[in-house]
Amino acid sequence: MTEIPRATEGRTDPSAWRLASVREVVHETPRAVTLRFAVPSWPGHVAGQRIDVRLTAEDGYSATRAYSIATPWVGSAASTIDVTVEQLEDGEVSPYLVDVAAPGDELEIRGPIGGAFTWQPSDGGPVLLIAGGSGLVPLMAMVRAHAVAPSQTDVRLLLSSRTLADVLYRAELQALASAGTVRLHQTLTRGAPSGWSGSTRRVDAAMISAFAPPPAAHPRIYVCGSNPFVEAATGALLGLGYDPASVRTERFGPSAS
Amino acid sequence: MQRAAGALALAFVLEAVQIASMPPISRGFLGRRREQPDPSRVPPGQHVVQDFPVLSYGPTPRTPTAEWTFSIDGSVQDARRWTWDEMLALPQERITKDIHCVTSWSKLDTVWTGVSLDVLLAEATPTAKWVTAWCDGGYTTNLALADVTGGKAWVAHTFDGAPLAADHGGPARLLVPHLYFWKSAKWVRGLTVTESDEPGFWEQNGYHDHGDPWTEERYGASFR
Repeated sequence: MTEIPRATEGRTDPSAWRLASVREVVHETPRAVTLRFAVPSWPGHVAGQRIDVRLTAEDGYSATRAYSIATPWVGSAASTIDVTVEQLEDGEVSPYLVDVAAPGDELEIRGPIGGAFTWQPSDGGPVLLIAGGSGLVPLMAMVRAHAVAPSQTDVRLLLSSRTLADVLYRAELQALASAGTVRLHQTLTRGAPSGWSGSTRRVDAAMISAFAPPPAAHPRIYVCGSNPFVEAATGALLGLGYDPASVRTERFGPSAS
Repeated sequence: MQRAAGALALAFVLEAVQIASMPPISRGFLGRRREQPDPSRVPPGQHVVQDFPVLSYGPTPRTPTAEWTFSIDGSVQDARRWTWDEMLALPQERITKDIHCVTSWSKLDTVWTGVSLDVLLAEATPTAKWVTAWCDGGYTTNLALADVTGGKAWVAHTFDGAPLAADHGGPARLLVPHLYFWKSAKWVRGLTVTESDEPGFWEQNGYHDHGDPWTEERYGASFR
């Protein structure tokens, strides 16, 4: 039996479990909440990275799942780590995080994890972000990193959601788009309100072509969503002539439950 | 008497250490452990899934089998290359193994068909102790020769009786099921035998160099 490492005060070891306390719970949509963690020993992270969250039951049973971080690390003692969790039917961990977790609760996290799906303002652009549903979470960390820098980079976000009620961070995105911080194009695939000015179909080549910097501008491209969403969006991108090496993907699946 | 007091004090210290290292309890969290099969088959920190999640850092390459080859080169006596048809003409093995992804899911009793790397490497005769698997799309991963010989690794082209789907690594992927699954490189096109251990894509991006799921060799040193 392997000894399981417990939360420590380790500073840079991504394998170390760290105590995290829930500072705030924000109800984003009927199915998703943002848990705002305070982690005193956190070493910092780059937008796009993820954490592992571990829950432990009273008898010692534990379960671990990976979640993307929605916020950039701004380096001050007041920094928090936001993860937005969508409740998956039949999930083991997400129903607890969405329905039960409350301010003051303590659990364990480790990370940051993943050095391939990252962007920080010094990386430059232009940047094209394509998100399906809760795939917005790690891309929102990039949008927020860009907004707080503030950077002059051309950052565009193409966001596909089921309905308006399913759009994460809706008010914040609208404010960032109105201020010109990001260019935003939204599509709603399962019904739009009257007067909707966005698209109402799944992301396709025509939608990308009308919104994105052209291939000749060599954008850094990040695509995140379900596997079918990522396959469709990346297939369209390659068909339009974007360099496969410029496209990074993250795929959310039932395994993240 | 003094010794007894000392032992008692030590017992208190041990108890205090144990309490300090206890993880926080999430009251009301029960988990689904009854659904977990034989715990001896599930490495620490893993949970069993029935589906087959797809994780890739970039777009899915789609190389037609007519253009596909598999090479072994680098520090070898005879560099070798096989076409798709030549690969299928080699002895085929049916492999049933549990697989373990670093993102914490495990899938039990997965069934593959492929060619043992023992067969392929025997034709090339390595003269060094490390290999780098390289792939369409630019992915690489490093492995010790000892981890891919002795009936431990295959070039797999069939999953569950059907041609391996492109998003799962088809037309062919490496299958090294005793290590975390990022070592089982999708869209594999060859092995380069190297004189030293040369970290691959994920090994340079935060994952462990070796990746044994039973000792939780998940993450490497900080990569920020």
